[in-house]
Amino acid sequence: MALKQISVFLENKSGRLAEVSSIISNSGINLRAISIADTADFGILRMILDKPDEAAKLLEDNGFTARKTLVLGVEVHDHPGGLAGVMRLFEENNVNIEYLYSSLQNATEKAVIIFKVEDVQHGIEILEKFNVNRVSQF
Amino acid sequence: MIWNEKNECMSQPEREAKQLESLVRLAETLYTKVEFYRNKFDELGIKPADIQSLKDISKLPFTTKNDLRETYPYGLLATDETNIVEIHQSSGTTGTPVVDAYTQKDIDIWSEAMARSLTMSGVGKNDVIQNAYGYGLFTGGIGVHHGAAAIGANIIPISGGNTERQLKVMKDFGTTILTCTPSYSLYIAEFAADHGISMKDMKLRAGVFGAEPWTEEMRKEMEATLALNAFDIYGLTEITGPGVANECECKDGLHINEDLFYPEIINPDTGEVLPDGEKGELVFTTLTKEGTPILRYRTRDITYLTRGKCACGRTTVKMHRLMGRTDDMLIIRGVNVFPTQIEEILVQMEETQPHYQILVDRGQTHLDEVEVWVEVKDEFFFDETKKMEGLHNRIGHEMKSRLGINAKIKLVEPKSIERSTGKAKRVIDKRKL
Repeated sequence: MALKQISVFLENKSGRLAEVSSIISNSGINLRAISIADTADFGILRMILDKPDEAAKLLEDNGFTARKTLVLGVEVHDHPGGLAGVMRLFEENNVNIEYLYSSLQNATEKAVIIFKVEDVQHGIEILEKFNVNRVSQF
Repeated sequence: MIWNEKNECMSQPEREAKQLESLVRLAETLYTKVEFYRNKFDELGIKPADIQSLKDISKLPFTTKNDLRETYPYGLLATDETNIVEIHQSSGTTGTPVVDAYTQKDIDIWSEAMARSLTMSGVGKNDVIQNAYGYGLFTGGIGVHHGAAAIGANIIPISGGNTERQLKVMKDFGTTILTCTPSYSLYIAEFAADHGISMKDMKLRAGVFGAEPWTEEMRKEMEATLALNAFDIYGLTEITGPGVANECECKDGLHINEDLFYPEIINPDTGEVLPDGEKGELVFTTLTKEGTPILRYRTRDITYLTRGKCACGRTTVKMHRLMGRTDDMLIIRGVNVFPTQIEEILVQMEETQPHYQILVDRGQTHLDEVEVWVEVKDEFFFDETKKMEGLHNRIGHEMKSRLGINAKIKLVEPKSIERSTGKAKRVIDKRKL
């Protein structure tokens, strides 16, 4: 299974990010990973949450544009070269990465990296084939 | 100096007699030679013979920009096509352009009007005129050129742009007169300042600035930064081009060459003619044109008229500098744009909503800057920045290729642009005109 990521379109206006955060926290939804892609005049906020469907609905009800995207949560050993191994695997098996960011998970020896790949199904197959652990739920 | 003392300084009764004579001749020509006008006369039940006094002009039909478009290209021609010696078109970009076709006499009249205008700005035959209005179909460049040629001044037909070269030419050839849009003049001043070029070392004496509305504040800035006397010039392709009116040294209104272009101020809602001093829509009739004479053209520009002998000696009626428009047309760096044209582009793109806001301002460069805020449709929000940026660039490209304006596009969240129940406020113009 892939992870459901929630993306929110943010125009370059002060206070919008704070608003999203408070909507999420007020509803008791847990934020597990967060990243923002910014351009000169807009931003795309990407989040992994414990209740993605609920969060998306909540954001939409509050006037935000939210989009669900399937991404991969990959466990990477938290030592030098951990990420490089996964990257090499993807590279050798034609899994095209569009972007990635790391999760907020801590207190384990493993980090979870969130990958958005071109073809999620193909990504899953490769990870399974090479026995790389995936996180399918937070 | 006055270019044509006889015509510019004659008494009011004398001028009115001339105007009436021209108007009667014009009405006859239009009725016999232009089907478009003949139909309009017939609809109103008017014959040219009904024009007995100048006041009777109010019985005649108006001409709108739309009429000019619908008769493109030669529907309003009042002479044989073989008599045409020059063609110009409006800078408007709404699909069908507006045509002005000139006979040799029309070119002479235009040259005369421009020579009068330049003379009002203090230009004489010993001057060196750097003409930085665009040359081409646009009337700005060629119009000034015709007038300068009539005066016998030295004219440098440099056209707009390439500011570095403008300044080099200005210095090397001892330019005394600069003609361009007011915003470009300020850009030249700033460019010079940034490159350590002192405008005080130039020989510039006067500038004739038009094709865009401007303000007293801009005059102060232009005069200070360019070290010259700034004069306002008015004109429009539909009537002939630049030279319809110009400021004299008193700088308190633009003298209209009213023996050639007859002005009226009307109530834009009722069409009723308003008395001098009252603000309304400016309407022009080309009294002496042969190629494409126009009856009561509705300019959509708002101003008022004042009569009486001016301290400069001229008796021609003066119009106050432009005070606005009766429609929502924007003039962006000399290009005419209607908000509806922007809307059309957005409606045609499936990713965007027809909800938008236009912000116009003169930024640091003093040039007009347009920002268009566009709402993205909910279903076209992509998680990937490259797709979003692609959309962003595509909108900008459409604006450039179809409207000729460089707009800064800002994608905003769906439903974030205020919805109004009445007339939506689409344009925020911060240019303080």
